[in-house]
Amino acid sequence: MDFDLTEEQRLLQDSVARLLGDRYGFEQRKGYMKSADGWSREIWGQFAELGLLGLPFGEDEGGFGGGPVETLLVAEQIGRFITLEPWVSTVVIGGGFLRHGASQELRNELVPQVASGEMLLAFAQVERQSRYDLFDVATTAKRDGDGWVINGRKGYVVHGDSADRLIVTARVAGAQRDLKGIGVFLVDAKDPGVQRRGYRTVDGQRAAEVELSNVRALAVLGNPEDGLPLVDQVVDESIAALAGEAVGAMQAAHDMTIDYMKTRQQFGRPIGSFQALQHRAADMLVALEQARSMSYFAAISSEERNPTERRKSMAAVKVQIGRSARFVGQQSIQLHGGIAMTIEYACGHYFKRLTVNDAMFGDADHYVRYLSDTGGLVAAA
Amino acid sequence: MDLRFTDAEIAFRQEVRDFIAKELPAETRERMIAGKSPTKQQVVDWQRKLNARGWAAPEWPKEAGGPGWTLAQRYIFREELQQAPAPSPLGFNINMCGPVIIEFGTEEQKQRFLPRMLNLDDWWCQGFSEPGAGSDLAGLKTRAVREGDHYVVNGQKTWTTLAQHADWIFLLVRTDPAAKKQEGISFLVCDMKTPGITVRPIITIEGGHEVNEVFFDDVKIPAENLIGEENKGWDCAKFLLGNERFGQARVGASRERIRRLKVIAQESMDGGQPLMQDPEFRRKVTEIEVELKALEMTVMRVIATESKRRDKKPDPATSVLKIKGTEIQQMCSELLMKAAGPYAWADGDPDEEGETNDVDVAPDWAFGLAGVYFNWRKQSIYGGSNEIQRNIMAKAFLGL
Ligand SMILES: Cc1cc2nc3c(=O)[nH]c(=O)nc-3n(C[C@H](O)[C@H](O)[C@H](O)COP(=O)(O)OP(=O)(O)OC[C@H]3O[C@@H](n4cnc5c(N)ncnc54)[C@H](O)[C@@H]3O)c2cc1C
Ligand SMILES: Cc1cc2nc3c(=O)[nH]c(=O)nc-3n(C[C@H](O)[C@H](O)[C@H](O)COP(=O)(O)OP(=O)(O)OC[C@H]3O[C@@H](n4cnc5c(N)ncnc54)[C@H](O)[C@@H]3O)c2cc1C
Repeated sequence: MDFDLTEEQRLLQDSVARLLGDRYGFEQRKGYMKSADGWSREIWGQFAELGLLGLPFGEDEGGFGGGPVETLLVAEQIGRFITLEPWVSTVVIGGGFLRHGASQELRNELVPQVASGEMLLAFAQVERQSRYDLFDVATTAKRDGDGWVINGRKGYVVHGDSADRLIVTARVAGAQRDLKGIGVFLVDAKDPGVQRRGYRTVDGQRAAEVELSNVRALAVLGNPEDGLPLVDQVVDESIAALAGEAVGAMQAAHDMTIDYMKTRQQFGRPIGSFQALQHRAADMLVALEQARSMSYFAAISSEERNPTERRKSMAAVKVQIGRSARFVGQQSIQLHGGIAMTIEYACGHYFKRLTVNDAMFGDADHYVRYLSDTGGLVAAA
Repeated sequence: MDLRFTDAEIAFRQEVRDFIAKELPAETRERMIAGKSPTKQQVVDWQRKLNARGWAAPEWPKEAGGPGWTLAQRYIFREELQQAPAPSPLGFNINMCGPVIIEFGTEEQKQRFLPRMLNLDDWWCQGFSEPGAGSDLAGLKTRAVREGDHYVVNGQKTWTTLAQHADWIFLLVRTDPAAKKQEGISFLVCDMKTPGITVRPIITIEGGHEVNEVFFDDVKIPAENLIGEENKGWDCAKFLLGNERFGQARVGASRERIRRLKVIAQESMDGGQPLMQDPEFRRKVTEIEVELKALEMTVMRVIATESKRRDKKPDPATSVLKIKGTEIQQMCSELLMKAAGPYAWADGDPDEEGETNDVDVAPDWAFGLAGVYFNWRKQSIYGGSNEIQRNIMAKAFLGL
């Protein structure tokens, strides 16, 4: 048991913090948001130079050779600066599917492109009826010769508008909510059968609606008859990264609030001198520290080999992170007063990112239900 | 960062578990599972077994008679005791006064007190709080006047836990009334048989006798019983209170309570089915399980950073442990009572043998659960109330 970072980990953390500190001020971020992609290709290039885009891939295949701790460290910085680039979509989720589901040949082709920043990936999973159920899939994949043809509609495809390849869940057999019969397919986002409509999400990121009409898949990821375990595994790793992102964002919102409490004067003194607000700030800190602890648990648990245990652990992560994010987010607005209600003030943007983060792959309530239905964390005795 | 336990640590956990399984008397364990405090004799017997094994003071260094464990080992050991459940080493001896003597005491004082503390030859109690000095402990008035080779002490302590069992008391007294509040305080230790000491019981809301008032009436305490320097007792107090907060997380104890809760909620029928089948109840349980997992990780983080701190100041993060640890324990006690439903309502003194109001229609496990719920409201009051912890965090952490 050791919470110290290695020298390399510290360097990684510092270099990302330095880059974003220089290039991701609130005003700069606004500029990126208004640009054509809704994020910055230049920053993306810098990510590639720092090795962030090859982070989870082995050094032998041109990656950085990072594990869950490295992912956590980068994700935290992403959250601190609420960056808009498709890092989670491409590197954590897309990268996860490549690492756990792609053939060696496909990895050889795509990993260097992902690591260099030329290849953007997005995960097309959510459907009109599916809500948070990863297994609720109506999109179909039909065998055609030695390939697969996909039809269906996906929504909230985060960074789907700029992606070069889409990773699509589709049903090859069984009924819409069956656990078996789901395949994961790699699709060319510029295929004529792919229609995309990009839009901005409430937290300023980009997403797309995607319609797939008779699209031939470029490749299958994992077992086409039974791809759900692969999806679960990649989603669980992503939950760990999202936990890091949320902790970074909570920390920033909390810091901002404390700074403001020290400077804002009302009744002839700083509002930070009022005990009611001090205690609220202390409770925010408790929530933040509990969340930080849980992000470490997430990093450990994402490598758990038993999938049932892993899912349960990640459910617990979602619950704690979601609960903490809601409290810290809401109270950071409240403690600022009116100023944090304006779009020109950064705090609200953190609150919005935290709110969307909670809903990614299922919110805290969803996972309380899941965890309580699967026996919880502590066995009866 | 490596967050796993090593193979050696896993083996150590098994060694502790085996020891407890072999040595812990069944009656002690059963009494604790039922939610009652162990009797004095049970605590003493167990402490002596631990001492015989060299495990009586997990946190003490080897020179002082501790096992010289790593932080991870201490954590594992305490967790296993709490989960068993077995009595923990007596906090007043091992986690409060002992460490103060190790840190601030003379060689002679160490020789004199520590071995008897370890073996529970002396049961210690904590004389800090007074009627006028609760959260504002430095406002204490109990007066000690140096006369030749002893101090003469007059005043009143209150809330003194288990003073009725105690052989010795450690107390804060005012030695310099002219100095600023914190600067005129000294830390004394005193034999409870000294003439002039009177102990009066305070009965708490659930009916138990756990706390007392302790009166000092011209009590002569030898000057050699001063720990640390005169008028520097506040340093000892701060050191001690920091350690106390750390112990409040009690992750293993809460885990044991949740395990118990799940058994009870499985046996308890509600609407014709086990209560555990009720999704709403089950989700409440899940919510605390999650909080507890996060707390467990927080404890480990505090342990890991604590081991690297050079200064002796307590980590302000211990306030997080105190607040969350007690909130979780209180929630466990509430859900246990709720799970027992109407069968929790027979009144009875949880600590006394003899007469009980045990009800025939109630399952055995239900008796006393309401008492524990009422009694555990104390957890957010003592050890530095949870509001005081928030003040500490606002000042020490946040600079507000
Ligand atoms: C959407 C919106 C619409 C509004 N519309 C109008 C309008 O039409 N006309 C108008 O005149 N005003 C309007 N207001 C202003 C509103 O009344 C103020 O925002 C409000 O009085 C709080 O003041 P403040 O925002 O300056 O926060 P501050 O007073 O700076 O307070 C900041 C924080 O400190 C807390 N605080 C302050 N003093 C104390 C204290 N003594 N003890 C404990 N906590 C304290 C507050 O509760 C808050 O959490 C509007 C505000 C908003 C957000
Ligand atoms: C069961 C039990 C066992 C105990 N055992 C011992 C023992 O063995 N030895 C010993 O010395 N003491 C013991 N105590 C005493 C305990 O340490 C005190 O109860 C505690 O310090 C609080 O003091 P008080 O009860 O006087 O409450 P007060 O200090 O009067 O506090 C009353 C309320 O005001 C709040 N409050 C006080 N000051 C502030 C502030 N500055 N800001 C915000 N809120 C504040 C408190 O949080 C509390 O809610 C025990 C107490 C209990 C209940």
